[in-house]
Amino acid sequence: MPVSRDIAICRSARSLGLRRRSLCSKLPLLVTLFLLSVSFITPCSATSPTSDDCLACHSDKTMTTKRGGRTVSLFVDQKKFASSIHGSLQCTSCHADLEGKDLPHSTPLAKVNCGSCHGDEAQQYAKSLHGKAVARGDALAPRCVNCHGNHDILPVKDPRSSVAAMKVPFLCGQCHREGTPVQTSRNIPEHDILENYSESIHGEALLKKGLIVAANCASCHTAHSILPHTDPNSSIARRNIAATCTKCHANIELVHRKTIRGELWEKQANTLPACVDCHQPHKVRNVFYSQGMADADCMRCHDNASLKSADGRSMLVRVAEVAGSRHVKVACSQCHSEVNASRVRPCETITHPVDCTACHAEVGQQYQRSTHGQMHAKGDTNAPFCKDCHGSHHVLGKHNPESLTFPTNVPDLCAKCHREGQKAALLYTGTEHQIIPRYTESIHGKGLLKSGLTVTATCTSCHTAHRELPASDPESTVNPKNVPATCGTCHHGIEEQFVESVHSTKQTKTDKPLPVCNDCHSAHSIRRTDEDGFKLDIMNTCGRCHGEIAKAYFDTYHGKVSKLGYTKTAKCYDCHGAHDIQKVTDPRSHLSRANVVATCQKCHSGATRRFAGYLTHATHHDPKKFPFLYYTFWGMTALLVGTFTVSGIHTLLWFPRALQMRRELRAAEAVEAEAEKHSGKTASEAKDGDDAPQ
Amino acid sequence: MPHSEPQLATTVNDDAGAVTAHEAPLAEVGSKVIRVVDRREFVRFAHLYRVLHACMIVSFLTLAVTGLSLKFSYTPWAAKFSRLLGGFETAGYVHRFAAIVMFGTFTAHVIGLFKQKRRNQATWKAVLFGPNTLLPTKRDGQEFVGTMKWFVGRGPRPEYGRWTYWEKFDYFAVFWGIVVIGSTGLTLWFPVFFTRFLPGSFINVATIIHSDEALLATGFIFTVHFFNTHLRPEKFPMDTTIFTGHMPLAELKRDKPREYAALVASGELEQHLEEPQPAIVVKTIRVFAWIALGTGFIVVVWILYAMLFAYR
Repeated sequence: MPVSRDIAICRSARSLGLRRRSLCSKLPLLVTLFLLSVSFITPCSATSPTSDDCLACHSDKTMTTKRGGRTVSLFVDQKKFASSIHGSLQCTSCHADLEGKDLPHSTPLAKVNCGSCHGDEAQQYAKSLHGKAVARGDALAPRCVNCHGNHDILPVKDPRSSVAAMKVPFLCGQCHREGTPVQTSRNIPEHDILENYSESIHGEALLKKGLIVAANCASCHTAHSILPHTDPNSSIARRNIAATCTKCHANIELVHRKTIRGELWEKQANTLPACVDCHQPHKVRNVFYSQGMADADCMRCHDNASLKSADGRSMLVRVAEVAGSRHVKVACSQCHSEVNASRVRPCETITHPVDCTACHAEVGQQYQRSTHGQMHAKGDTNAPFCKDCHGSHHVLGKHNPESLTFPTNVPDLCAKCHREGQKAALLYTGTEHQIIPRYTESIHGKGLLKSGLTVTATCTSCHTAHRELPASDPESTVNPKNVPATCGTCHHGIEEQFVESVHSTKQTKTDKPLPVCNDCHSAHSIRRTDEDGFKLDIMNTCGRCHGEIAKAYFDTYHGKVSKLGYTKTAKCYDCHGAHDIQKVTDPRSHLSRANVVATCQKCHSGATRRFAGYLTHATHHDPKKFPFLYYTFWGMTALLVGTFTVSGIHTLLWFPRALQMRRELRAAEAVEAEAEKHSGKTASEAKDGDDAPQ
Repeated sequence: MPHSEPQLATTVNDDAGAVTAHEAPLAEVGSKVIRVVDRREFVRFAHLYRVLHACMIVSFLTLAVTGLSLKFSYTPWAAKFSRLLGGFETAGYVHRFAAIVMFGTFTAHVIGLFKQKRRNQATWKAVLFGPNTLLPTKRDGQEFVGTMKWFVGRGPRPEYGRWTYWEKFDYFAVFWGIVVIGSTGLTLWFPVFFTRFLPGSFINVATIIHSDEALLATGFIFTVHFFNTHLRPEKFPMDTTIFTGHMPLAELKRDKPREYAALVASGELEQHLEEPQPAIVVKTIRVFAWIALGTGFIVVVWILYAMLFAYR
């Protein structure tokens, strides 16, 4: 198609469109029924743009558009497209949403769905690590075009293809090499992947010797169904790794006959060393692994108590520790995976600490999300790492009473950092203090530590073991939103009541914060609810939100009695219920018209409906709500003030007169005493005289 | 001890009262003249009333302390006191027991009045409107005015009779108090019964009346009554008449001149004279009275603290 005509079509696209349509509409009139039937069979092809139509615009090298703030070229190289594997297709074959559209199309086209032709690959991809990441909205995850390109896709066999055997390592390496966002921010336990591969026997063969049959990334990981090794369907899962390697290394078991009966690899993949245990992934060397990395080899050095690392740490490994541990069947090199058997000291290639996530991938992901993990990622040495809680060689299962993570040991374990004065407590800026002593005195702490109930809630029961987050984090198990569910894992029946109650977000829609379990029961000082302390505090607890009503309660008999430390009186929950509180207008409420008398009768047997009219939150300070109480109170107060005023004035006026009387009395007494003195003398003489004759 | 024979004494007994100065004529023994002192005292209160007053003190103080601990439950003292009693429940039982004692006292007093009337073979008219009536009379009004004048230095101290107007006020204050506090107290004691015919909110009203009237009663007794009868400078520190039942004649002459004059005029004075109480009785009475007085003062301090400094 001549260029000049292209431009003409482009410039007069609208008029052309009209011309086409008019021609189309004239067809049935001009031709016979046969022609009419043809127009019915291919009505769209008549209206769809051809590749030429598209290229009329898209062959312009300067054609661009703005997408997400960036300038993107819309140029399609006609030559490259023509020579690509899709060269024989029309643009609309892939850009299916162009069909039936007028040109130029005003809206951007939808993303091409390769799966409409490459169904199997698309299905595999959707299930793969990459596909799932894309579905999650992970911006770093690759789509078809990222590996295959778009208009210039070449057959895999073509050495120029981006997915040609020789190019695959570099294609994958775009993301999977040190320093890329993928390698630093995603949980990938392998290090220096591209570098190690290119130095490995596979890498050398492929890249230096041009052996395109040598294994590249896709040979082991597959091209489209890439899965983490923890996925049992993955080509590199422990169970499948032997099958993957033997795709190329047929009859390899013959070579390994000395050490292992080859057929067992696939039958007992869990108990036998897998290929990668000796031949490290990405680092496979062209050597005979005559020495191997059996534990005995490690122990040649590490049995020595005086073996010290460069920074002075003891490098002694006690065989008994490992033998008694949960990892008794795990070889040294399975954890210390960076060892290299080709060295005299296989461990000299170790550059990173043991990464437990190689096996415990899910736990690793949780840890990464947790506060501990985030701090660790930032290089904070305060942050605990796996071994800080689980130990290293003597790691024990959480069901072993000697384990640091056995329920009764958990509080002490967490206390190492979270006790007041310890590093975590020093960093902490929230409101929870004295966590450990409070927990120890709490019902959970006593249940666990005094009664030895291992099912009792420990730190990890609420905060989780690996994914602990601050309460402010919406994903945290102790975030107010999640607290009922967290407590409900044990207290399920209570949770069922609570979610139906007025305090549940399900029932009450409000901007104010609604209480959850810990608002009434506290977080770490949870008490038995049948103990006096809890019973006496509950009114203040409810009063934190229901201030006025609690204050009025303390003005009534029930409130005053409880203030004196007496618990056998009606407290908030005795009438309103504890977890099943409803509005009093709700028929389910304990205080609804139908239930209130029965509620009073719990304590006041014989109570009547009239009795229930007692005002349990009455105050005499509110003339509008309780006028009779208000006026009674002020009437009584007036009586008091009146009486005291009158009698007070009476007394004050009396006082000086009474004083005067006292003075006069004393004066009279003094006179009398004087007289007494004289007569006393006479009297004593008389007495003497009296006595004498007897 | 026979009343007719005045006992001769050579010294002034200072145990039985401040002054025992009812002087008998001088007697001659031999050739020497000595002073003979009649130690007999005027009997103001019969045995029954002394006992009733003591019962009143015990029950009233008990009711006050246990009741106020509930009224002022917001003060830390209240909670401590409640704990001292072995919990609020015990305090409640004590309160109700004391209430029964007070009701009993009240009943005994009324019965006593009837008996007294029968014994004296008096008519109701004489009891209610005679010179010794406890009902307010016109003369009380005059004496009140006279007292006011005396207070401000415009006249002499009125010649009070057997019952002064303030004593009558105290007496009827107790009547009123027992009726008001007693009836509301019963309502609070048996709320289920009373709400069969009263609205539930009447319990709230009864609470206010019971509590405030009680405050009035305790406040009045422990300040005004205490001053009028015990702390008045001329009686300070205490007037034991209500406990011993006896009043020195000089005091009768001074305090109730009209009654004294009437007794002398009718010649009945001799009938009302009795030997003083034994020293040990007086001593015991003083200890008891001091405890009661002290408790009252402590309660006043508590009330003032609760009302002025801790009020919520």
